[in-house]
Amino acid sequence: MSSILECKALHKRYGTKEALRGIDLALEPGRIIGLLGPNGSGKTTLIKLACGLLTPTGGEILIDGKKPSKETKAIVSYLPERMALPTWMTAKQAIDYYQDFYADFRRYAAEDMLEKLGLEETQTIRSMSKGMREKLQLILVMSRGAKLYLLDEPIGGVDPATRDYILKTIIGNYSEDATVLISTHLISDVEPVLDEVVFLKEGSIMLHRSVDDIRESEGKSVDELFRQVFAY
Amino acid sequence: MEWQFRADAPIYTQLCEQLTLAIVSGVFGPGERLPAVRELAVDAGVNPNTMQRALSELERNGLVYTQRTAGRFVTEDFARIEREQQRLAETRAREFLDAMEKLGYDHAGTVDLLEQMRGEQML
Repeated sequence: MSSILECKALHKRYGTKEALRGIDLALEPGRIIGLLGPNGSGKTTLIKLACGLLTPTGGEILIDGKKPSKETKAIVSYLPERMALPTWMTAKQAIDYYQDFYADFRRYAAEDMLEKLGLEETQTIRSMSKGMREKLQLILVMSRGAKLYLLDEPIGGVDPATRDYILKTIIGNYSEDATVLISTHLISDVEPVLDEVVFLKEGSIMLHRSVDDIRESEGKSVDELFRQVFAY
Repeated sequence: MEWQFRADAPIYTQLCEQLTLAIVSGVFGPGERLPAVRELAVDAGVNPNTMQRALSELERNGLVYTQRTAGRFVTEDFARIEREQQRLAETRAREFLDAMEKLGYDHAGTVDLLEQMRGEQML
């Protein structure tokens, strides 16, 4: 099977700081994958490289066999760590904006999710709570019929009920045969929704395995394994 | 449905157990059509591929079957469901007896206790 995301000896350096130290990674279509690691391990750098927001210092990164470009952006749906929409926009304007930008945007899906959430289309982003903003942004990202979803910390900084909502929105809405990459350090929350996990430590890959493989052979959860691997 | 997962076992085997329990206890009755894989996965908060794997396992065990276009159904074979119920009941009973043994009751002692409790109408 051909990879939807592939890294070959991928390096990224910021000045003298090595953020990624030669990563080899291949992700297959149709999977939900956790990109797990402590703060500063290179998770956001990897996602930004895949989006074409950063360029590699060495090696290469391929999306569906191609270098990040306009073409790959059309099939990649990216949720940034921080809100990237202007706060004067209303929910409806944000939907219009996404529809203008992306040919794969499923407006009916976005409107349906907003309605279920009880979010008024006329409400401005400025007037929304943090949790509501995170939900709106996620709805926009998951309403695209993308081949690759890159979600940078989708459940960081929100309450447990909102986390639950976000995870269920992800599994209920990603398009079939698409791959979803979720970066987080809240492992016990995401663990049940993942097929596989990638552990990043100081810019290198420590482990890439299926969740049930780990539970079967180690007799412990990914969360417990993570605490062991990253113990100080 | 209430779903719960322990840390020490694969999620798919736990899904198999909980789906089996749902069938035995009639949450999903004989011949009933099961919700779509994605819907069940969202309800349980698990990966759809993992849910699919658990359902395939139940299919291999003969507890559910797939009809090409109509979806997935619980078996109509009552005997098959009863066998599963018996198997689950035996497992639970064995777990109970093990726990009683740790309290110092051998099997005969446990049975005596149960009978005494029934006599005093505590059961």
